[in-house]
Amino acid sequence: MSDLMTESLEAIRSSEVSRRRFLQWSAIAGGAVGAVSLAGCDSSSRGLQAADAEAAAGSAETMVWSSCNVNCGSRCPLRLAVVDGTVVRVDPDNTGDDNLGTQQIRACVRGRSIRQRMYSAERLKTPMRRVGPRGSGKWEEISWDAAYTAIADKLTELIGKYGNESIYINYGTGVLGATLATSWPPGSSAVARLMNCIGGSLNQYNDYSAANVEAAVDFHYGSWASSNSNDDTVNSRLVLMFGNNPHETRMSGGGEVFVTQKAKELSGHRVIVFDPRYSDTAMNLADEWVPLRPGTDAALVAGFAHVMITEGLHDKKFLDTYCSGFDEAHMPEGFGSDLSYQSYILGRGADGIEKTPEWAASITGVPAADIRRLAREIATTKPVAINAGWGPQRHSNGENQARAPMLLAAMIGSVGISGGGTGCREASAGLPMASFPVLENPVRPVLPVYRWTEAILRGKGMTYKDGIRDADDTNSNANVTNDVVLSTDIKFVWLYGSNALVNQHGDINETIKILSDESKCEMIVNIENQMTVSARYSDILLPDATTAEQIDLAVQGSAGNLGYAIFTDKAVEPLYDSKPVYEQLTGIAEKLGVKDKFTEGRTQEEWIRWIVDESRKKIPGLPPFEEFRKQGIYRETLDSVIPLKSFRDDPVANPLGTPSGKIEIFSSNLHAMSKDWPMEGQGNVITALPEYVASREMPGDPLQKKYPLQCIGHHFKQRTHSSYGNSPWLKEAHPQTVWVNTIDAGARGIHDGDDVRVFNGRGELLLPAYVTRKIAPGVLSVPQGAWYSPDSPGGLDRGGSVNTLTSLHPTSYSKANGQHSNLVEIEKA
Amino acid sequence: MTTYKQLGFYVHQANCTGCKACQIACKDKHDLPVGVTWRRVAEYAGGSSAVNPDGTFRTKVYSYYTSIACNHCEDPICVEVCPSQAMHKGENGIVTVDPTICIGCRYCEMACPYSAPQFDADRGVMTKCDFCADLLAEDQSPACVEACPSRVLDFGEIDDLRAKYGTEAGIEPLPDPTVTRPNLVITPHKDARASGRGDGAIANPREI
Repeated sequence: MSDLMTESLEAIRSSEVSRRRFLQWSAIAGGAVGAVSLAGCDSSSRGLQAADAEAAAGSAETMVWSSCNVNCGSRCPLRLAVVDGTVVRVDPDNTGDDNLGTQQIRACVRGRSIRQRMYSAERLKTPMRRVGPRGSGKWEEISWDAAYTAIADKLTELIGKYGNESIYINYGTGVLGATLATSWPPGSSAVARLMNCIGGSLNQYNDYSAANVEAAVDFHYGSWASSNSNDDTVNSRLVLMFGNNPHETRMSGGGEVFVTQKAKELSGHRVIVFDPRYSDTAMNLADEWVPLRPGTDAALVAGFAHVMITEGLHDKKFLDTYCSGFDEAHMPEGFGSDLSYQSYILGRGADGIEKTPEWAASITGVPAADIRRLAREIATTKPVAINAGWGPQRHSNGENQARAPMLLAAMIGSVGISGGGTGCREASAGLPMASFPVLENPVRPVLPVYRWTEAILRGKGMTYKDGIRDADDTNSNANVTNDVVLSTDIKFVWLYGSNALVNQHGDINETIKILSDESKCEMIVNIENQMTVSARYSDILLPDATTAEQIDLAVQGSAGNLGYAIFTDKAVEPLYDSKPVYEQLTGIAEKLGVKDKFTEGRTQEEWIRWIVDESRKKIPGLPPFEEFRKQGIYRETLDSVIPLKSFRDDPVANPLGTPSGKIEIFSSNLHAMSKDWPMEGQGNVITALPEYVASREMPGDPLQKKYPLQCIGHHFKQRTHSSYGNSPWLKEAHPQTVWVNTIDAGARGIHDGDDVRVFNGRGELLLPAYVTRKIAPGVLSVPQGAWYSPDSPGGLDRGGSVNTLTSLHPTSYSKANGQHSNLVEIEKA
Repeated sequence: MTTYKQLGFYVHQANCTGCKACQIACKDKHDLPVGVTWRRVAEYAGGSSAVNPDGTFRTKVYSYYTSIACNHCEDPICVEVCPSQAMHKGENGIVTVDPTICIGCRYCEMACPYSAPQFDADRGVMTKCDFCADLLAEDQSPACVEACPSRVLDFGEIDDLRAKYGTEAGIEPLPDPTVTRPNLVITPHKDARASGRGDGAIANPREI
């Protein structure tokens, strides 16, 4: 194995050649000069030549079922061709068909590159301990035993000094979707099980993907809600997608790409995409693309509402029956009529401003005539599917951004019906697979996911006003107030499959500063298979075996009405001196004297057998262990998901979890919080209605004099967040660039392909420009997840990681990430 | 093993998301390094973007992708220009290059309007799509066709493909099909422009 790897790395080095290719294409037919230089093709990585040589020599090839376990929302099976202990090729799913509910699950561009993850030059090989200052990149190799001892000793010391609340398992989604070797949710991971054997640890609520909607939806619908599953759009005449982009996020050929394309093919429904970018979803699926300024969706919806109210087009019967706070006549007791949404729209609210289409146009950039036309179409077409991606809510005003499409869904009566939608993100059907039990965590405070850096600095004394919730009930409505107080700062951070220590957290430069004080957070332990950006800033690195190197099960991804599970078998032995997470944690548990409690006497395979047996109790069709292992994938066609259907059918018998039991367009709990919770400045405000709020770094911010452009960070086909971000094939296929509109580029003398600096007060990037009309004027996008690669700590980032530009400032009540709210300037380098 | 008079590829352009799973599946199957890309995906885009006096947007854009490998042409210009006769049209109409004869002069690369022949600098020879001949021999589909998440690609006897999907192959940014007579059929994207009559441009020149 080591010889093979040496050869592979040698091939990488030796093939760094400058290439010149000739691009002719239509230039020949057009009579133009045909030769265009394509210099700059970067370093190359050949595949596994040695392995192929072995294959040619006649070694037997075996096919092993595995899967790609990253955080895209999809989950794809992979069939790995193995020769002499090496994966030599990836083949796609060869079962299923091209119909909704039984579809073949074809892996996307990322999963197809998994060999470049397994056999990457950045693969961690042995346990290592940091020897220079944190982040210095100086390491010494240590034995597994020494690593286990160091970790167990430090945990014991810190728990003794500060209690279990000082130990934090950070958010991480680099290994997502399996049952045992899975990093998310951190509180349900094997690391949590270990911690729960010794008194628990500080948990978190919500996630980087959707924290603002996760907090907001509780106030609006009472608890978590999705929109209808996309297969149900075969029943829709019109589909509205607010910043929803499955064709670049959930890219599986069995997931939402397939489902949305098939549903449109079958129904012929019209699709409108609202997005600052002409996304690939807009390109393929949309009949109309409506570009708008980032963070202004709530203003656009207000403009629609104005047209519907003044022209009497809204579904008044639905609003009267199912909602609280839409108009003056339907306010909760004790609240004035000026607090209703209709009052807000008609200028009878506190701001006295009528939210006319012209008002909305001035904020969103969408022409008023288009707002009128679209509002009429949306209100008079039935049924309308209305869903929202999670990009629109990752803004400084993210909670109201999330609630605005929900409000629109109510105004047109789309909630809880076939062909309709709730204004949340699409649901998908799923099988009730059993999970790995992680025991009880007795620690009561729960931290908002984005505030761990704050909790390192000043965690002790954080209360509900800082977003601390009660583990007994983390629903937003249960934490308007609570008596839970964090008793200590965070002193120890676990990372497992997590690049959220640095690369995926906000404001990288500030985060590095916080981490550099080694007296604050005293130890960072990282279970990981790549030398990620976060690994660089860790103290102890524990090399993890990848999915293909251990036995597990993968629970399905988002795939419409298809339910499935994958048996992800061990294809090859763990590479180098890596070990599966379960084995690592067993070693640490032994040092802590809790090995038997941790393992219950089971090996990893025995746990997987147990999970299959438990799952079969709820899924009678699921084959027994050995049969499932041979079969690889198990499918069931399930019903379409129509959230809130029981409420729609009988709102009295099935009230929502809001104080009124209805859809709270005016949330009395948010109103109470607006009086009680102090705000952190920068435009933070809690509103009871889904109003447009011009908070931090929104259009019109005076900071635009210095940094005139809005910069978002869209999800990119090259990688899933930062996973696969080091694959040479993927970097070649989808190079990192900053999207800039032709107008903004022209004004700055920037041409397509030019190296540019993108900067604000928090940091600066250097990367090539992609000059395009496919993004709204005044808007840039730096695809998120590229690996931070600074000249020096805090200096120019040549990796193009958008979090060099993002802010740690929390949103108003979710205390969450507004990572798309960034004012910047761009100039030619 | 099925035999063909002439194999061809089909692309349902309207559903191509530009994800390049086809490109990577090809690289994985054939162990191709960065810089040697037998199947590529071109983006062609055009339109206008302007700001109205009131600050609102006036935008009319279009964009579409074309996944393209070797079209195993009827008039393969690569074969015509090859001074060493390494490039030839063989079994099932597949155009292949014999690396033991190829001298790496790259004339074929310069001549081909689809960038199909790709120079492998390490080996000093041209390489190209062989239609996954080893898979065809086992009556399996080429790796790219099986890979496509959107079921955009198909392959088969070119006469059958044309009977099933039509005869279109002249879509921007591809050259006029009369140049090499490619064995290719395209169902165009709704915004597709005809070859030579485009008002847009290749939007990802550094990726192809």
